Amino acid sequence: MTTINVNGQQREVKVDAETPLLWVLRDDLGLTGTKFGCGIAQCGACTVHLDGAPVRSCQLPVGEIGNKPVTTIEAIGTTPAGARIQKAWLDLDVIQCGYCQSGQIMSAAALLASNPTPDDAAIDAAMAGNICRCGTYVRIREGIKEAARHG
Amino acid sequence: MADPALSRRQVLRGASLGAGALVLGLTVRGVSVVAATGAAPASAAFAPDAFIRLAGDGNVTLVMPQTEMGQGIYTALAMLIAEELDVALEAVKLEEAPADDALYGNPIFKVQATGGSTSVRGYWPVMRKAGASARAMLIAAAARQWHVPAAECRTEPGEVVHQPSGRRLAYAALAAQAAREPVPADPPLKSPETFRLIGHSQRRLDTAHKVDGSLRYGIDATPEGVRFASLACAPVVGGKVVRVDDRPAKALPGVQQVIVLDDMVAVVAETSWAAMRALAAMDITWNDGPNAALGTADLWADLEKASQAEAHVALDTGAAAKLSGDGVIEAHYALPLLAHAPMEPMNCTVHLTSGKCEVWVGTQVMTMTQRAAAQEAGLSPDQVTVHNHLIGGGFGRRLEVDGVRKAVRIAKHVDGPVKVVWSREEDVARAPYRSVYGAWLKARIANGKVEAWSHRVVGPSVVARWLPPAYDGKIDSDAVDGAAETPYDMPALLVDWVRHEPRGVYTAFWRGVGPNMNVFATESFVDRVAREAGQDPLAFRRNLIGKHQRARAVLDLAAEKAGWGTPLPAGAGRGINLQYVFGTYLCTVAEVVVAEDGTVAVKRLTTAVDCGSPVNPDGIVSQIQGGMVFGLSAALYGQITLANGRTQESNFHDYRVVRIDEMPQIEVHIVPSAEAPGGIGEPGTVTVQGALNNAIYAATGIQLSRMPVDPSLLSKSAWR
Repeated sequence: MTTINVNGQQREVKVDAETPLLWVLRDDLGLTGTKFGCGIAQCGACTVHLDGAPVRSCQLPVGEIGNKPVTTIEAIGTTPAGARIQKAWLDLDVIQCGYCQSGQIMSAAALLASNPTPDDAAIDAAMAGNICRCGTYVRIREGIKEAARHG
Repeated sequence: MADPALSRRQVLRGASLGAGALVLGLTVRGVSVVAATGAAPASAAFAPDAFIRLAGDGNVTLVMPQTEMGQGIYTALAMLIAEELDVALEAVKLEEAPADDALYGNPIFKVQATGGSTSVRGYWPVMRKAGASARAMLIAAAARQWHVPAAECRTEPGEVVHQPSGRRLAYAALAAQAAREPVPADPPLKSPETFRLIGHSQRRLDTAHKVDGSLRYGIDATPEGVRFASLACAPVVGGKVVRVDDRPAKALPGVQQVIVLDDMVAVVAETSWAAMRALAAMDITWNDGPNAALGTADLWADLEKASQAEAHVALDTGAAAKLSGDGVIEAHYALPLLAHAPMEPMNCTVHLTSGKCEVWVGTQVMTMTQRAAAQEAGLSPDQVTVHNHLIGGGFGRRLEVDGVRKAVRIAKHVDGPVKVVWSREEDVARAPYRSVYGAWLKARIANGKVEAWSHRVVGPSVVARWLPPAYDGKIDSDAVDGAAETPYDMPALLVDWVRHEPRGVYTAFWRGVGPNMNVFATESFVDRVAREAGQDPLAFRRNLIGKHQRARAVLDLAAEKAGWGTPLPAGAGRGINLQYVFGTYLCTVAEVVVAEDGTVAVKRLTTAVDCGSPVNPDGIVSQIQGGMVFGLSAALYGQITLANGRTQESNFHDYRVVRIDEMPQIEVHIVPSAEAPGGIGEPGTVTVQGALNNAIYAATGIQLSRMPVDPSLLSKSAWR
């Protein structure tokens, strides 16, 4: 039995400590907003926040989390940066299929929380780990800038 | 392809629908996306056809026959109906249509399939007529109640207005009477200048639940009691399982069941992770079968050999006689195998019980899914319920039902529902691919003008397998699409096709389909011939255009916006790609910089598009932007290679796709048009390879004959 803090709640999960957080969220806790994309931290679809920093949950064993709080896409709207990113994503119609966008939004929200006015280089650095096959990158960049303007 | 039209019979057929149940409802920004298991619910007071349900409480539900996979089709189709029905877009709810080819078959394919940039083209007349018909019946109902001529009535969103008296009645109050009015045979359509929605950018209707993780894709389906499976299919096409040592797997926690079938092995476990880990621990011995030694070089050699075979002629206006002897320019172009690699890995959840099969999946082909599941389960299609989901990326991969078949075969051995999720490695390496294709072109120029042009296409027919009625056994229209009809008027033209099915791979449609090969070849060769003729690629194309004046407009606009002809530094170049495919005219100018080591940086893609009457302009821009990124990934990196019959690529580290830090500047300019709409999902992808290749050609004097770009061929020492 492992206890983790997810979206402000203590959750007990009955999995072995090696299990990546991604699958604990999806299959044990029913938080399916965090997506499986590659399993090797190459695509960013599984991005969550660990103590406010973006991490790839497919490579994070649940046993290594300890007391650090986990925030997922389901709760990112309760943070100021997350809410601004979500609004900009809708206002600019960034999203197409949407499957990668949980991860994109988590990476973008972490960026905005740490850097309120990111330039293109900062956006590239923060977002290059998140693949979008629909090719929404033009609007992801615009969306981050739009959210920054409303900060 | 057949011209779509809505028959009176189709309209009437919809009116007789019985009650049905709704599941998986959720509200999206005032709009709800619901998967339906049946048609018109009892609460619909007015259901004039298969697409519109107007409830007595004023709720309007529109049934979506096409699958939403990111292309924005829910928004576009809803706009078409809402425009003519005259309801506010914010007032409608959307439902996914159930499996039913007769009611919901794509007007172009005649089966319930979403692909080939056909949705708006096919449904433009159908949905508008459906909306107009319902509006006419609502007007008739109001006129009857007011005892006035219908001609004195008009509509505003959601209500009928009697013009002379100013009286108004909400649609809700008219629904019951409207249902008793005769269905008009030929309802008047709105004239374009009165459009409130069509042609005006609308926010997407499917995205609110995509920003907070609450939208459930197929991979998120969790029926009560579901268990999780991971699968390993034969790594070589035609391979079989010889033996399996499952002891290490069964010793791992959470593992419930190991299923060994003749060509695949699956592990069922308490979580997906437990299943994947156990599968990786398993020792499986395969007999690779007849393709055990197959490599990519064999596929290229086969293609070359096939090009010598007898071809079927698609179009011949007397070019052959002019294309032998001296002075003929020849070129060969080819494209590699490609995986689709949608972000949502392949998955399918199945619950098989006696006489019943439930399937949860995201599919581009509802009825094919239903039939495939039925076949594997030994049931009839009506015993199979398909719960379709919004798709996390299709690109043609989910036009295939191989995954559904495999999931049902696994489910036959599982007590209760089982969710089968492909690992990314399985998704990349054991998938149907975009085939290898080859093109052989010839041209003769005289006095700076093209005298004759021939284009031989060599490749498979996906259509022949996927939609047999559409293939006449001679010419696959997709295989020559973009070769037979081009934006140009060639004085003498020969286009032919050799059907060649590659060994050791399953082939599938891939975003951009046939034109990916044919436009790449045509446009690369246009630049090659222009250079031989000593002409500027823009001027050369302008002179080749005859009847397709819309092509000239997009060519000129893209060239102007891209600054065609303005100076560039050494190592930089611009290239044009002009195309007329999927009913859409599109021109892109690519600007690249080739480094001394041959590395290509794409700086800018400037596109002008005329896709006929724009339905949702911002959605068009979005599709072109995204389609170009998809094409750019293919042009820069995309290739699947085989060795010993096995795919060598496995995940995004070795099957690379473009990331945000590699993005060029992208500009999209829409040319206004009142013509019937063209398709928009594929053209952006198709346009990239030719533009990029021609830009590299301009920068270096080297024309590549094959994608993806091979920087080793472009190092500075090779520049001409």
